[in-house]
Amino acid sequence: MGYLARQLGGRTDPAPDAGWEEPPSRKGFFTDTSICIGCKACEVACKEWNALPLDGLELSGNSYDNTGGLGASTWRHVAFVEQSQDRIEAARESGRRLVDLGMPSVGAPSAAPGGSLPDRAGSPQEGAGGGQNLPKNGMPAGYGTLPAPPEDHGPSLGDLLTEKDAVENGAHGTTVDGTPMVGPLPEFRWLMASDVCKHCTHAGCLDVCPTGALFRSEHGTVVVQADICNGCGYCVGACPFGVIERRTDSAASVRADGHVPNVGVAQKCTLCYDRLQHDQRPACAQTCPTTSIRFGEREEMVAAARERVVQLHEQGFTEARLYGANEDDGVGGTGSVFLLLDEPEVYGLPPDPVCATSKLAEMFRMAGWAGTGLLAAAAAAFLGGRR
Amino acid sequence: MTTSPFDSYRPPEEGRRRRRRSGVRGAVSGAVSDAAQGVADRAGRGTSWLNRDGGGRREAPAVPDAEFSSYYGRGVIKPVPWDYKIPAYLFVGGVAAGSGLIATGAAATGRELLRRNSRLTAMAGVAVSGAFLVADLGRPERFLNMMRTVKLTSPMSVGTWILSGFAAFSGVTTATEVARLVPHPEHGPLGVIARLLDAVDAPAAVGQAFFAPPLAAYTAVLLSDTVAPVWFESRRELPFVFVGSAALASSGVQMVLTPTSQTGPVRRFALLGVATELVAMHRLEEHLEELELDEPVRTGEAGAKLRLAKVLTIAGGLGTLLAGRSRAVAVASGLALAGASALTRFGMVEAGIESAKDPRFTVGPQKRRLEERRAAGTVHDSTVTVR
Repeated sequence: MGYLARQLGGRTDPAPDAGWEEPPSRKGFFTDTSICIGCKACEVACKEWNALPLDGLELSGNSYDNTGGLGASTWRHVAFVEQSQDRIEAARESGRRLVDLGMPSVGAPSAAPGGSLPDRAGSPQEGAGGGQNLPKNGMPAGYGTLPAPPEDHGPSLGDLLTEKDAVENGAHGTTVDGTPMVGPLPEFRWLMASDVCKHCTHAGCLDVCPTGALFRSEHGTVVVQADICNGCGYCVGACPFGVIERRTDSAASVRADGHVPNVGVAQKCTLCYDRLQHDQRPACAQTCPTTSIRFGEREEMVAAARERVVQLHEQGFTEARLYGANEDDGVGGTGSVFLLLDEPEVYGLPPDPVCATSKLAEMFRMAGWAGTGLLAAAAAAFLGGRR
Repeated sequence: MTTSPFDSYRPPEEGRRRRRRSGVRGAVSGAVSDAAQGVADRAGRGTSWLNRDGGGRREAPAVPDAEFSSYYGRGVIKPVPWDYKIPAYLFVGGVAAGSGLIATGAAATGRELLRRNSRLTAMAGVAVSGAFLVADLGRPERFLNMMRTVKLTSPMSVGTWILSGFAAFSGVTTATEVARLVPHPEHGPLGVIARLLDAVDAPAAVGQAFFAPPLAAYTAVLLSDTVAPVWFESRRELPFVFVGSAALASSGVQMVLTPTSQTGPVRRFALLGVATELVAMHRLEEHLEELELDEPVRTGEAGAKLRLAKVLTIAGGLGTLLAGRSRAVAVASGLALAGASALTRFGMVEAGIESAKDPRFTVGPQKRRLEERRAAGTVHDSTVTVR
């Protein structure tokens, strides 16, 4: 693909495209929501490190999420979703559907580097219901555990037999590999996910910025220069994920002198550009107590994400899926990759994000025809008068 | 979307927008079991401590036919932070662009009064446009940062240069008009300047006509190159709506300002604009209807403005066609046409902003196109991947 075509869509390495010569490897996050505990340490660390002002202090009533969403003064946001059994079932069903559709392994199966996932998807469901084919790690799959032996007030023999029967007959369903599951779905679950700027390969915000205030860093990330931005607000409307926002004067200072920096200027996650310059991890990844937020080279992050989703599928969590790891999607893949346990829109993420600029050629072409038509109409109106 | 059983006590939101045909039902379950619905019905619409803030921006969980999940009804994307100044700019900029074409046409066909009036209108329009644009910035004092770079991927950058080019030529043509209006000595420095202006009059008129069509058409790209669903999805039709709007607005203004003896071509220009506008707007609405995105342009304030715009366009067009030679009717028709153009701009901008606020319009079309692609066997470009 040519240099110009690469700029607006498709697979590419963004830093060299932006003119960096021999840049360091592309950096990114892998946010594994399956091990997020909703402590919001990432939100706090981000606010602290970047000295972000307060943007409201109110109770939303939306589970434990009183932050609301990403914005000019919120660069990490932890989402909380409460789900009942039927929603869990629906999530699992949609995950199974993705597997059945033959969704690509990340980076397309044929081009997968290393091929670390040997034809697992295609393995026949041998012996399903036999009860003997435990996964390779020998652990049963599913939310439940096999009933404990009836020592010290263990379960009754009846329960034990029922559960054993259920597992052996696959009454709780099977994993995508055909391993029978243990234990029914829980009646309730909590989804927690730390959202952040996606640092898209094809970043709409960066493309439409008329001043060059938004730029592609050597790490492949997208950063705002607050002293250049004139607050036109165009990037806000161009972000397919609703991340970037213009800071308003309603933000309240957290500094002793009462000053709120960068009012009227677009603001978002910089992937801690300042910390990266000194070989430090971003503040959120540094502080995350469960390693739900991991930081590193994007390729490594994608590989880790891929490994993790396979592991979860083996354990029966068919609802696990990756978000943003596919370089053929509408934004060319994201720098921040997520492992989700339900459809993206459940977390407030768009299901099929597209960078608007990928259609820019079409738009300018239509505008060209329209403008030509206007010129022709004016000419016709005046020349018609001569007759 | 929460599915905590406690939230089922929240009654359905009143005045909820009606849901349209089901698009992606079944792909994801909306949320609520029939049991919860029954509970909600029994709870009725009374106010209690449980639901005293019922409504607000949250989506009530007791929605029987929810088509997709959302994160507490919050928007997935953010609307552009633009107020009335941007649609006002679109209108005034359209008047300026159309007047530039009329001015050149009038100069070429020797209609002096029309030439003078339209040149002055174009200059006034471009000055007011610039003022609106600068005033809408978050940091108006940094306006000149836009002039430090030329960025073809940013319609706003391209538009800034188009506006600048148009303003430069309009400045020259306006200066020649002023030189003709104001008595000045034949000799001396003023005389030299006047003769110089006379010499550059024709090239400046050509330049003005050269920059006018892009000025009228680029604003459509400006809106379409965002992720606001209504703007992005109308990218093929919006340029034609906007050039039509520019034509009828500028002709309307000249029909008001200039006697009917000189406005024959202007009336023809207006009629071409009316026809373009009506056809393009009809196609735009049809296209949005296919995507189930027509609600923002048909309902609410934006819908009312667009309907009134259509009525005024037809009324002004009929007046122009049937009795354009009568000065009184010409003035009335001109006002109707200019008003129609302003309402179209305001309506389209507001519809786009509305469509960005409601997650239905972001997630719905995205899920539908995802389903269509999956049905066609295209899965390689999905943002969500497994394994």
